[in-house]
Amino acid sequence: MSLLEITNLHVRVEDREILKGVNLKVDAGQVHSIMGPNGSGKSTLAQVLARREAYNVTAGEILFNGKDLLAMKPEEAACEGLFLAFQYPVEIPGISNAYFLRSALNAIRKYRGQDEMDAMDFLPKLREKLKLLQMDEKLLNRSVNEAFSGGEKKRNEILQMAVLEPKLAILDETDSGLDIDALRIVAEGVNAMRSPERAMLVVTHYQRLLNYIVPDYVHVLVDGRIVRTGDKKLAFELEEKGYDWIIKEEAVTA
Amino acid sequence: MSSNTDTIRELAQQEYKWGFVTDIGEDRIPKGLNEDIIRLISTKKNEPEFMLEWRLKAFRHWLTLEQKQAEPKWANIKYGPIDYQSIAYYSAPKQKPNITSLDQIDPEILRTYEKLGIPLLEQKMLAGVAVDAVFDSVSVATTFKGKLAEVGVIFCSFSEAVQKHPDLVKKYLGSVVPYTDNFFATLNAAVFTDGSFVYVPKGVRCPMELSTYFRINAAETGQFERTLIVADEGASVSYLEGCTAPIRDENQLHAAVVELIALDDAQIKYSTVQNWYPGDKNGKGGIYNFVTKRGACRGKNSKISWTQVETGSAITWKYPSCILQGDNSVGEFYSVALTNNYQQADTGTKMIHIGKNTRSTIVAKGISAGHGQNTYRGQVKIMKDATGARNYTQCDSLLIGDQCGAHTFPYIEVKNSTAHMEHEASTSKIGEDQLFYLRQRGLKAEDAVSMIVNGFCKRVFRELPMEFAVEAQKLLSVSLEGSVG
Repeated sequence: MSLLEITNLHVRVEDREILKGVNLKVDAGQVHSIMGPNGSGKSTLAQVLARREAYNVTAGEILFNGKDLLAMKPEEAACEGLFLAFQYPVEIPGISNAYFLRSALNAIRKYRGQDEMDAMDFLPKLREKLKLLQMDEKLLNRSVNEAFSGGEKKRNEILQMAVLEPKLAILDETDSGLDIDALRIVAEGVNAMRSPERAMLVVTHYQRLLNYIVPDYVHVLVDGRIVRTGDKKLAFELEEKGYDWIIKEEAVTA
Repeated sequence: MSSNTDTIRELAQQEYKWGFVTDIGEDRIPKGLNEDIIRLISTKKNEPEFMLEWRLKAFRHWLTLEQKQAEPKWANIKYGPIDYQSIAYYSAPKQKPNITSLDQIDPEILRTYEKLGIPLLEQKMLAGVAVDAVFDSVSVATTFKGKLAEVGVIFCSFSEAVQKHPDLVKKYLGSVVPYTDNFFATLNAAVFTDGSFVYVPKGVRCPMELSTYFRINAAETGQFERTLIVADEGASVSYLEGCTAPIRDENQLHAAVVELIALDDAQIKYSTVQNWYPGDKNGKGGIYNFVTKRGACRGKNSKISWTQVETGSAITWKYPSCILQGDNSVGEFYSVALTNNYQQADTGTKMIHIGKNTRSTIVAKGISAGHGQNTYRGQVKIMKDATGARNYTQCDSLLIGDQCGAHTFPYIEVKNSTAHMEHEASTSKIGEDQLFYLRQRGLKAEDAVSMIVNGFCKRVFRELPMEFAVEAQKLLSVSLEGSVG
């Protein structure tokens, strides 16, 4: 059984069909990349997987760990081990990053029937993850994402991922807005999280991130469908030729 | 319908859990308002002549106000006319006269306060908090009086203060809020029935938190209490009030007056957690909370700090204020006001700077949900001689949903050019983005809302006494449940 199994997924936003029959299987231990031009439905796919409302699934099925993902609320999906690193992380004024992280971890632990973690046990764990991402400890006492720089926000997403240890991590355009140093640090953090039990879905427009996070599979999403699947070489090809050739080829074969 | 909306809807059905009625014999006077009623109240309370005279003066003044239709109409609130003749102005639970110990209180009343989470038997209480319990028109119990008396702190019902400390009452009553102050304060002066009295003598730091718990029980009555707190030179005290009422379809009037007096180097911290019945989700019933609260920093270096968490009442009309007379005196106002369903709040503060180097801080957080309307109204006045005065005002509104409203009316009047004024204001909306973000991290929808709101209110909660900060957070979550769809 795959960790994630998407079958014939159709999604509408208002009157427009965004995803038009997506099929995808992701096994534990694998890193998949979803690439595609702007407006192809990459982010919609990420949001639907994370169970954002306002997306109307008109057909298809998603199994996560063998369970019906589409029947889950966002928090249930999270507690089942699905994590989304946001393209635009949200600010929560007045709530410290450390408190937020511990609340999230404990919500998940509670769901799984584990004991909640107190601050004493939690802090050392958190500090260790901070080091991995070369983040300043001061960020823990600041409000969630408030007055964080673009790079700090993205690193904070990966910090959350490291603390929550998901089964499936979806990275939505994590490279956008990062300079090359920040990109490397984020990628190192992500790579450190690679494990045989964990899968990752890296959504990106550019190939650049994939130099650092090397995927096992690359899927090209065009106009709501996965039109091509390959290995990392496909990403290089896209970088070189752009998305146009693939769109044209599609038009010919269709 | 989305799962989010469903969860919220279920929670919205939760009832106001303080809404029960205690079945107890009442000693109640007939409805109506006239001089005989005022005399009857005074007689029932066995008051000295000066009190009756004061009441009558107030009442006669009130009649002129009523004739002039001087009931304040400038606030951003809407309600039908109040029939002041259809209210019973005194209702007290029947109990033995001359209760000397808490054991003699009607067990029904003790049970009521237990149910509200305010046990009156001292062995069961929070160790550091003394409570005065006001049930309808009278104080039914005051705890830890003996312990407080050891250090000279007087903490008792207002009625008892009139009997035992008439000189203090005479000296300070009406000295901050005169009986002519405003329509509701005048009415209160005429008919007030009880409340709390605190006097902290020179140089004494009150060793425990003092608190009053106000409970309206009887129907077709109003609650008109009066609280007077005096901190003598170098004294300090922290006081907290809480309030609840049964669920009823009719609106009930609560018109209270609070006067604080801080002499040289004295400090008073006054915290309110107001949770009167807010009415049902269609706006039926609920308390009209029309309250006048004012503190006078009379002495140099004195400080008065108001913190309020206003989650209840159908309508809230109150402006806890500070008159900064003493040089270097400090006034503070920290407020969280929440309106859900059809609640209305018009609340804020006045800071009147008279003395030199006086400082004031205002932090007001308004949260509107459902069809709630929330207004901040503030006045900062720097008088001619108030050289070196400073004010900092921060005024934030949070909107939940698209049916509610937030309004801000800050007035600033400066007559001294050395004044330093800062004003910050913001309005934001709990976004679907914030909610989704928190839920994606595993938090349930209702926990996500309460986390966002608590973050928004953090600056104010920090000012509450520890034991109550936690309560206030919970209360806010409960009051908000059902507000996000």
